[in-house]
Amino acid sequence: MEQLVPVFIILPLVSAFIIPVTGRFSQNFTRGLSSIVFLILTVLCVASIGLWDRGMIIYTVGGWKPVGDIPIGIDLIFDGFSAFILGIINFIALLSSFYSIGYIKKYTSENNFYTLLCLMIAGMNGVVLSGDLFNIYVFLEIASIASYALVAFGVEKEELEASFKYQVLGGLGSLIILIGVGLVYWITGTLNIADSSNLLITKFDNKFYIVTQILFIAGFGLKAAIVPFHTWLPDAHSSAPSPISSLLSGVLIKAVGIYVLIRLFFHMFDLTYEVSLLFTLLGVLSMIVGGILAIGQSDYKRLLAYSSISQVGYIITGVGLGMLIIATGGDGSIAALAIFGGLFHLLNHAIFKSLMFMTAGVVEHSTNLRDLRMLGGLSRKMPLTTNASFAGSMSISGLPPFSGFFSKLIIIIAAFQAQYYVVGAIAALMSIITLAYFLKFHKDTFLSKARSEVRQFLPVPVTMKVPLVILGILCVVLGVFLVPQMKEIFMDPAINVIIDTDQYSEIILNVNR
Amino acid sequence: MSEIVKTVTKIIVGVIFIYGLYIIVHGHLTPGGGFAGGAVLAGAFVLLVLAYGSPETKLKSQKEYPAIFESLSLLAFLVLASIGIGLGIKVFFNNYLPKGIVGDLVSAGNIPLYNMAIGIEVAAAMFAIILALIIYKEEARE
Repeated sequence: MEQLVPVFIILPLVSAFIIPVTGRFSQNFTRGLSSIVFLILTVLCVASIGLWDRGMIIYTVGGWKPVGDIPIGIDLIFDGFSAFILGIINFIALLSSFYSIGYIKKYTSENNFYTLLCLMIAGMNGVVLSGDLFNIYVFLEIASIASYALVAFGVEKEELEASFKYQVLGGLGSLIILIGVGLVYWITGTLNIADSSNLLITKFDNKFYIVTQILFIAGFGLKAAIVPFHTWLPDAHSSAPSPISSLLSGVLIKAVGIYVLIRLFFHMFDLTYEVSLLFTLLGVLSMIVGGILAIGQSDYKRLLAYSSISQVGYIITGVGLGMLIIATGGDGSIAALAIFGGLFHLLNHAIFKSLMFMTAGVVEHSTNLRDLRMLGGLSRKMPLTTNASFAGSMSISGLPPFSGFFSKLIIIIAAFQAQYYVVGAIAALMSIITLAYFLKFHKDTFLSKARSEVRQFLPVPVTMKVPLVILGILCVVLGVFLVPQMKEIFMDPAINVIIDTDQYSEIILNVNR
Repeated sequence: MSEIVKTVTKIIVGVIFIYGLYIIVHGHLTPGGGFAGGAVLAGAFVLLVLAYGSPETKLKSQKEYPAIFESLSLLAFLVLASIGIGLGIKVFFNNYLPKGIVGDLVSAGNIPLYNMAIGIEVAAAMFAIILALIIYKEEARE
């Protein structure tokens, strides 16, 4: 396994640069290549989670030895948490690129699409694997810039406007992150996360510490679209082509936003009560604001985008509760439960939100409509899409047999056990509101009488149907992760890595010495 | 452009081009390197286009080439870096070529090769941007 860590960055990059060259000769090769690459990476990830010895792999790029205890090389860190996120990224990327084979034919420059998609995934994989602050910034920019271009892929007025808005706010976020990285480098003189964590704790300078923390929360919060920073998300996610919307909403905001926030605040900074409280508050706020804004939406994809903000709020709340419990010295098992809820919801959200955006793509492809007031009565014509969409929306709303129920339940139970009753109550209430707007959405689109605006029903290609089936089934069966044996294999390595806040830097520094 | 500009460009463009190559090749010895040298190379191309105008240089028919060169040079870069997985201490980006004597032109192992790949990539990318702007302006006029 050790030799295979950089493959997660090499393979998507290689395929990104092969596609423009070979695309001139063979379209079919281009279409299949990205799917094959992501299939390989997904298999690699699942195999590593199942087979490997639960340790941490530290891969030093270029083989640079540390000079005088300062690690000067770039480390790639492959542990339980990054394996978990990598698995999600590459699995959703596999389904999205397979879905694109049928979907993207109507656009003119297919090659550019697949190149940008592979670049975006390479960037995300890089962010997740990197153990170096500046390297995180570099890969973050690769992923972000590719996503700016992908949002504008339709080059219509709306898409360009959304992409411009996204670029301005995303650029601002990147700038804030860069300032934060600069400050950390200024104080500690190193960019390695483990090393700077060690130095930040010994050379504790309160003012610098708080400023860097705030900069990182603002910067990565912008990338994750937590509430005060969410304004770009509804435009960007609803204007992109559907497979890209599902990647942006399902994976990008988690990989470059939530993942890095968790990594930095658990492993680089000391957990403080104030920051944990801020996290939980931001999470609850996102949950409420996203949910309430979603109710009034009449555009298919905008509704899903607002619901993304709300669901990201759940993830942040779960993780924030875990931070609060650890910071106040509470019961470790409750903290583990809260973080398990957050991570499980992260996985579920990746599955059901990409499913919902893909069904949106199918409906748009088939009827050329996105306005919920014009759609209606699609269930007769598209039974498969209707059922997939039903599974997805019920899973988001948290109805019992579906996976979303279990993750929300765990977050709520953890909140009550830790005696944050208000948080738990709000989470339960917002779940009901989510159910309300998804029921309304489902009725408007699929169940009510067919309307005259729906004139055409283009046939849907098979490549677009297969991902819907796979994701729809996953929405039902993912509850299986609650079974202790499954949880132990797939979730526990990630949770243990997060909970042991000191271990991360200890292990890396020991290897580097 | 006038005859004076064209003649001066014809003389000076070769010098600029060679200067760009110099900066790329000496990237591991002197300030500069792949990025700076590539930008100078692209500058030479842009100067030619500005002096002679796009109809004479047949830009539209050649707009594909920068993209191909870009991809190929990046692929070369990745392949060079990936070969390191199989050689020496077996890590990605391993510097496996002989290092030579510090200060020699042929030294520092892989670094000059990386610089050349980056130089080609930056020159192609910058030229592609200028090309896109020129072609856009022509199409807008039509």
